[in-house]
Amino acid sequence: MDFKEKVLQVIAEVCEDDVVKEEHDMDIFDAGLIDSFATVELLVQFEEQLDINVPITEFDRDTWNTPNAIVDRLNELK
Amino acid sequence: MTPYSSFLFFIILGILLLPTMTLGIMGKRLRYYNVFVSIVVLAIIFSEGSAGFFSLVAFTILQLILIKGYIAYRQKKNSSLVFYVMSMLSILPLILSKVLPILAVDNLASFLGISYLTFRAVQVIIETRDGLIKQQLSIYQLVYFMLFYPTISSGPIDRFRRFQKDEEKLWAPEEYKELLYKGINKIFLGFLYKFIIGYSINTYFIMNLDHIADSMFTHHLLYMYSYSLYLFFDFAGYTAFAVGISYIMGIRSPENFNKPFISRNIKDFWNRWHMSLSFWFRDYVFMRFVFLMKKKKWLQNKMLVSNLGYILLFLLMGVWHGLAIQYIIYGAYHALMMTGFNFFETWNKKHKRWPTGRMMTVVSIVITFHVVCFGFYLFSGRPFQ
Repeated sequence: MDFKEKVLQVIAEVCEDDVVKEEHDMDIFDAGLIDSFATVELLVQFEEQLDINVPITEFDRDTWNTPNAIVDRLNELK
Repeated sequence: MTPYSSFLFFIILGILLLPTMTLGIMGKRLRYYNVFVSIVVLAIIFSEGSAGFFSLVAFTILQLILIKGYIAYRQKKNSSLVFYVMSMLSILPLILSKVLPILAVDNLASFLGISYLTFRAVQVIIETRDGLIKQQLSIYQLVYFMLFYPTISSGPIDRFRRFQKDEEKLWAPEEYKELLYKGINKIFLGFLYKFIIGYSINTYFIMNLDHIADSMFTHHLLYMYSYSLYLFFDFAGYTAFAVGISYIMGIRSPENFNKPFISRNIKDFWNRWHMSLSFWFRDYVFMRFVFLMKKKKWLQNKMLVSNLGYILLFLLMGVWHGLAIQYIIYGAYHALMMTGFNFFETWNKKHKRWPTGRMMTVVSIVITFHVVCFGFYLFSGRPFQ
């Protein structure tokens, strides 16, 4: 599984919806798939499964809003 | 002089900002003249009582020492204890300003805007802890951010890195004209909200309620609706002024309101009402609390963790408004509403009993509106008189 697939898998698990694996440019906040609580879960999973540490204050809803954007941001932090 | 409370204030501001606007339209850097404007306006705001002025100066120096000291420390080490101690010290003046009046001690700790300024300072410490602020910051950067006069008295609460981006930006003439246009628009919206609608609701309706209402119940009911509307128009009006003046100064301060009375549920409401405050609590209290619980594996139950987070957030938000019974009850009330909604939302996700469709959206909005208005009724203190 490549990096992008892994990230999408984590997002899908946290959102409890596989739609994020198909629609990579969907705004997951606007779609109501994720809230602040789930956001924290996402960050914990990134750390545990991908070993990437994303500080809460780094997670800006305007730049981490779609699966593609999240993959890009994580690539920057890797 | 209280900011945005009199026409004199606007006239002084208008004259002081003429060169700012001219320089901006010509595409010149705003920084040097704007520092001058800031000092003059701060002097006007804090000139009334000398006590408030000295408290402000002492507060600013304390925060500067804490922030600069912590950044220097964080470049070498990263102990959690030091972070918590520094954060506590940063919040201490605010705590004192809330507690001292209750102990009937002379309240030297307080001054206009302390609640808002504290949040800006603590935020810098938290972002330093998270490794997002790595370089030492200059006294100029910190003071200009913390004491940015358009938003000094009641927010909006900006974030340092966002503010800094705007502050360093050299606006092209076209960009600045756009900014100026939006800013002036907001200021006129502020006049409409605060001095026309808000003022009218208060003067012609709330103050005449004794004649309008025919029973105790209708009196309180009408007070609940009218006070809620008044609160919105007064505060949204103030915010429009603060954001509008910020724009003219070349800083895009965040918004505080996004049509709060059409919220579909209580969670939606807190994404639309006093946003810069609720987002602050969301990012720096709720999310950090949840993260800590999950990472240390202290609590596993999803529902329990999020509900404890909401209770913590809203009780803190309540006391932040002041250590008075109405604010504590207001906080507890919203904690209850949020946890209640949290249970309902989870239950409904499974059972899908709450119908969807346009009609139900209207029903949801009406229910939320009443829940929210009852909250403001508690907040007003009227039921406890």
